Amino acid sequence: MLKINGKQCDYAGMTISEILELEHYEKFRVAVERNQEIIPKAQYDSVHVQDQDQLEIVSFVGGG
Amino acid sequence: MSEYVKEIKNPAIPSREEFYQALAERHGAKLQEKFLQSSVAICGLGGLGSLIAILLARAGIGKLSLLDFDRVDLSNLNRQQYFVDQIGMYKTDALSRNIHRIAPYCEISANTVKITEENIPKLFGQESVICEAFDNPETKAMLADTILTQFPEKYLVCASGMAGISSANLIRTKKITSHFYLCGDQVSELTDGEGLFASRVAVCAAHQAHTILRILAGLQDN
Repeated sequence: MLKINGKQCDYAGMTISEILELEHYEKFRVAVERNQEIIPKAQYDSVHVQDQDQLEIVSFVGGG
Repeated sequence: MSEYVKEIKNPAIPSREEFYQALAERHGAKLQEKFLQSSVAICGLGGLGSLIAILLARAGIGKLSLLDFDRVDLSNLNRQQYFVDQIGMYKTDALSRNIHRIAPYCEISANTVKITEENIPKLFGQESVICEAFDNPETKAMLADTILTQFPEKYLVCASGMAGISSANLIRTKKITSHFYLCGDQVSELTDGEGLFASRVAVCAAHQAHTILRILAGLQDN
């Protein structure tokens, strides 16, 4: 199990892109942090999450 | 001193030392010295950025870097810190003038530019904190991604979710990583039915400005 935004998820082994799709996030409107480190967008297809990872998906909405 | 202040030639403008003393009395000399030596970049000078810049200038931040490509429009005046006679001016120019009427010794570097992934490496230098104050969600995400990966030593303070007339109490500051803070309710999006209210946008801007002051003060807990 790993945690995404504090919620337990069974996504070990998946890429960031796969998780974003499953959780209905838009790739170009998020920033993704794993274990206190930002994952660059260029690596969303190649980074695989692991058991015990803590993920934070920051979603940006319009307005400012 | 800025060109604008020189133009005024008003003997009533207090000296640099008088300004500093007045601020040091309010904030404490030690903190004021930190603020004076600080440099902050503000990306986007709309409802958030124009107010954040003014709040930081009032706090006595030594250097502000202001970045925006746009001009002041009538539709901005419900929430952005400009005047009617500034409609049509570049926001960088208008805000520089407004800040210098408040804080004449604040050193401003204004850059009328559209920020892209490609030009980001050239746009930032000595600033220890970068503030994201755009309105477009893709641009917000692009800046966060690029700054956090290319400038890991800088602090980034972003905003997401301040539209609509929901309670202002829903707006809060969240520390995402050691160098990344997010202010807003994270959900209230600008849509046709959900406009931007000066009061709620100001709450979010104040969260961002206050987070920046706390970072500069060395109080990075949340």
